[in-house]
Amino acid sequence: MSNKKELTCIGCPMGCQISAELDEEGHILSLAGFTCKVGENYAKEELTAPKRMVTALVRLSGGREPLSVKTSKPIDKKLVFDCLRAAATVSVLRPVKIGEVILPHVCDTDVDLIATSEVL
Amino acid sequence: MKKVQIVIVGGGPAGLAAAVAAWEAGCRDLLILEREEALGGILKQCIHNGFGLHTFGEELTGPEYAARYIEKVEAYGIPYQCDTMVVNISEQRVVTAVSRSEGVQEFEAGAVILAMGCRERPRGALGIPGWRCSGIYTAGTAQKLVNRKGMMPGKRVVILGSGDIGLIMARRMTFLGAKVLGVVELMPYSSGLKRNIVQCLNDYDIPLLLSHTVVDVAGKERLTGVTVAQVDEALRPIPGTEQIFDCDTLLLSVGLIPENELSSMAGVELSAATSGALVDEQLETSVPGIFSCGNVLHVHDLVDFVSEEAAKAGLAALHYAEGKLPQPENQMVVESGFGAGGVVPQRMSKTLAEPVQLMFRSRGVYPNAAVAIELDGAEVARRKFRILTPGEMVRMAFLPAWAAEHPEAQKVTVRVVLPQEGGEQV
Repeated sequence: MSNKKELTCIGCPMGCQISAELDEEGHILSLAGFTCKVGENYAKEELTAPKRMVTALVRLSGGREPLSVKTSKPIDKKLVFDCLRAAATVSVLRPVKIGEVILPHVCDTDVDLIATSEVL
Repeated sequence: MKKVQIVIVGGGPAGLAAAVAAWEAGCRDLLILEREEALGGILKQCIHNGFGLHTFGEELTGPEYAARYIEKVEAYGIPYQCDTMVVNISEQRVVTAVSRSEGVQEFEAGAVILAMGCRERPRGALGIPGWRCSGIYTAGTAQKLVNRKGMMPGKRVVILGSGDIGLIMARRMTFLGAKVLGVVELMPYSSGLKRNIVQCLNDYDIPLLLSHTVVDVAGKERLTGVTVAQVDEALRPIPGTEQIFDCDTLLLSVGLIPENELSSMAGVELSAATSGALVDEQLETSVPGIFSCGNVLHVHDLVDFVSEEAAKAGLAALHYAEGKLPQPENQMVVESGFGAGGVVPQRMSKTLAEPVQLMFRSRGVYPNAAVAIELDGAEVARRKFRILTPGEMVRMAFLPAWAAEHPEAQKVTVRVVLPQEGGEQV
């Protein structure tokens, strides 16, 4: 039993539609529709191990204004909402510097949430 | 009245890059005037990543990108005043500013750099009927409320316009627990980046309705719903295609307008195509000693190119203030030909010291097309593009040798060459 998937390449404004066939374990059986190497590589990664950078907001104690944070590197796409939920539980004390780790090992991964703005 | 060698109006990405470039070229008498409470401009609220790939070789968030320049401003000790609103600029380069702390101030500037950025097209410019209920925001205002003020504008959201800010806000609202019912786009294509369509809409199953628009809004105190209809080729709503979305929030991402009121006060001539100043390759406007850069000159897609352009303006302004900038004379006119719009700069010297980046947007979606540069009708360059779309600014370098080889030329034309015209063979 194979599994068909459609995706849009993000490599350039062409946005080629790529069709893929995957087997039950998620291995790629066939790829069609890409028009360059960028598209082929994108499809391979997106189909086997899709990742996303997550940017989020966390509470900053003593005020309403939030602190902006990001994952230190792209995180498994399936964990995006878990990562956001984890960020929602955090409350940070001032001051904060850019790059400071706000939440280490988010969702038990090797990815940290780090501050992207400075607060005095 | 205080004399200042260079006054920079605006402390966003353009103003910061202009200031840093002028300082690094030796200017020690400059001043940034910023109306908000902190430097950084719109980048302060753009907490998503994707900034700086060209400039720093890594993807930064907006605040991080701004910080790279603000750190330099602080380290160099470049003077700046926040919470300060410039209210007038004269043709003689007297800049009048007001602030709570300093009252009214006047600066006699050796050169002025206009770096005021742009603002969003508001509801009033669209002519959407319905009550003036709450719940209708421009996407950037909603972005500021959410990312900087910690407030959610609503729970069930429709977004009109599929520019990048609208797409980014669709994801942000989803991240924060709102339900985004759809993004409605008048044109048959999105002006947003493909990457944003995929990663902001497709990832979260948010529908993109192309060739649709909002034809009515319901709700008296608070928005209760919007009516969306399909449009025909002339962009007129098609009767019978209406569908109602039950929502409490409508975000508008329907275009950006360079904020040129101060430029006009100074007598700076504006372009109808870009709504920004008419400039030459030094980014000098029609008023000597007044320069323009960044989104107040023309709306960019990438902040990296804003920084690059602004750095050029910073240098040119310093040269002007030092009396070293060549007088603009013997200039060619730069025009947009078929398929091209809003080319910048609009005037160019025949004797160029270095290549000039010609920047413009295509007027439609043209796959496998080429862009040709002509001098009085004689083609001097042609470059093929896999696709040209209005959402992506095109940059092409104009080489000094071309002007030198055509000393009589009066006019530079940038035009799109369609594949059937021979674009394919290039």
